[in-house]
Amino acid sequence: MSSVASTKAIPAAGTTPGTVQGPPQRRRIALVPTFALLLGALYCLLPVAWVVVASTKSGRELFSTFTFLPGTGFADNLKDLSAYRDGVYWKWMGNSALYAGLGALLSTAVSAVSGYALAIYRFRGRESVFNILLAGVLMPPVILAVPQYLLLAKVDLTDSYASVLLPLILSPYGVYLARIYAAAAVPTDVVEAGRMDNASEWRIFTRIALPMMIPGLVTVFLFQFVAIWNNFMLPYIMLSDDEKFPITLGLFTLLEQGANTPALYTLVITGALLAVVPLIALFLVIQRFWSLDLLSGAVKS
Amino acid sequence: MTSARRKTYGVKGAPYLFLLPATVLFALFFALPIGYAVWLSLHKVEVKGLGLGKGAREETWAGLGNYTDALTDPELLDGALHVLGYGVIVVPVMLGLALLFALMLDTERVRLAPFTRLAIFLPYAIPGVIAALLWGFLYLPDVSPFYFVLDKLGMPQPDLLDGGPLYIALSNIAVWGGTGFNMIVIYTSLRAIPAEVYEAAKLDGCSQLQVALRIKIPMVAPSLVLTFFFSIIATLQVFSEPTTLKPLTNSISTTWSPLMKVYQDAFGKADTYSAAATAVIIAVATLVLSFGFLRAANSRNRQEEAR
Repeated sequence: MSSVASTKAIPAAGTTPGTVQGPPQRRRIALVPTFALLLGALYCLLPVAWVVVASTKSGRELFSTFTFLPGTGFADNLKDLSAYRDGVYWKWMGNSALYAGLGALLSTAVSAVSGYALAIYRFRGRESVFNILLAGVLMPPVILAVPQYLLLAKVDLTDSYASVLLPLILSPYGVYLARIYAAAAVPTDVVEAGRMDNASEWRIFTRIALPMMIPGLVTVFLFQFVAIWNNFMLPYIMLSDDEKFPITLGLFTLLEQGANTPALYTLVITGALLAVVPLIALFLVIQRFWSLDLLSGAVKS
Repeated sequence: MTSARRKTYGVKGAPYLFLLPATVLFALFFALPIGYAVWLSLHKVEVKGLGLGKGAREETWAGLGNYTDALTDPELLDGALHVLGYGVIVVPVMLGLALLFALMLDTERVRLAPFTRLAIFLPYAIPGVIAALLWGFLYLPDVSPFYFVLDKLGMPQPDLLDGGPLYIALSNIAVWGGTGFNMIVIYTSLRAIPAEVYEAAKLDGCSQLQVALRIKIPMVAPSLVLTFFFSIIATLQVFSEPTTLKPLTNSISTTWSPLMKVYQDAFGKADTYSAAATAVIIAVATLVLSFGFLRAANSRNRQEEAR
């Protein structure tokens, strides 16, 4: 992906397109844009660099030494964090992985089957179903979350794993993407051929269409994974038992308690670092094929 | 013959069956809550006698009472003003930077473009709460590198979490988190412009700056409209960043943004009826503002095309 970006440059004036440039020829660097982009990168990396350094400091060093001077307390911080309330921090991490992983998986499954139906079949009410689902994207989460809480309270489901998982399974955006991918990747002839062979509609979907939709579904999964992992308001409203908290909510409560107790600062900082590491790692691995194509698919259509 | 009939029946019924999970989930977690919110917003609780025992609290029709109360509530007005001040900074700065970076990535002979693009996009992967937490620490005089430098230089040290600077502090978190995503959206549509478009401009001796201003920006206008649309929605919904910074400062009240007020009314004061009315007002305001913007942008486009 990155190579595409850098080689797209149109032939500069004066060079003949198509001819091989001579031996390593020094091309002028566009200084101003390069410099501005580096400044932007610096700005974006600054807080990340800070948390990496700050997590190495002991409580005393945090307040006394220069910000970007590494400290000596990383191992201790890690131990303190793991020991905090019998390792509740790792419980939060596990919960986040569960909410985001299982939630994104279910969400992708629902998106796939709905997107496929909307793309392949002609049936009465198709467009209205699609439009109503899509309108869900525009509903501000707040008008949903508070009544969702009250309704789930009536069936005694609040403060449970289900209360955070269930409301996020249907992702209108996921259905929208899945429909686009299904329309692009699954030819109707193939579906027809399956029918000729007397395969059931379900079998055609699972055996023929689904494999063709996999690349698009990976995108839907990743989108949902990040969206659920980053969600704060829903668990904040639904949960009160901190054994069920995801990492975002856990860190928030830690900060709330620690705001007046600087001794807890090092825990919050180390916790924040460990919480972003998996996301950054995931991000670096997937961005190669993810960043541009996925978004362009969404924007163009 | 029978098998053929069964098959057509199967084809006809299949899409409805396939859409069943989505429909059920939509009914349960979208339609029902929205309907319930509207119902709640039109009701109130009346307490009979001492309000003790079963049946002492009764839900009665309130008409538009909750709405008039909400709209005249100074806290909601304050919240709206806070969000306005915040949005006036966030949206132009974030989208301006996103456009600028996208254009620069698309410039010839730029070095380190893949690295800088990735670095600027990186904050997208970081949850809003954690972003607010990181910046919150960078705003704290005790641990912040900015204060350290100011201190060494003997310069005055402003309180970043109070008064006017608070808006900048909060906006900065949103700008930091959102610029990269919007940059990628704009950059993607820049790269979709065919190279021939530029060649004519090159022959005419246009500079890169002129190409950017006269050709590139007008051609990516649709994606600018789209990023604007989503930025407005996100700005009106601001919740986790001020909530996260709240423990660090006294300047952020529990009702600082309209969404925080909904939360506070519903769970702090346990007044779900007025919370529902406020939530409906915010939802309507969001839809009106974002679609109003979309319509305005579309009609301007059409006018320009007509010319």
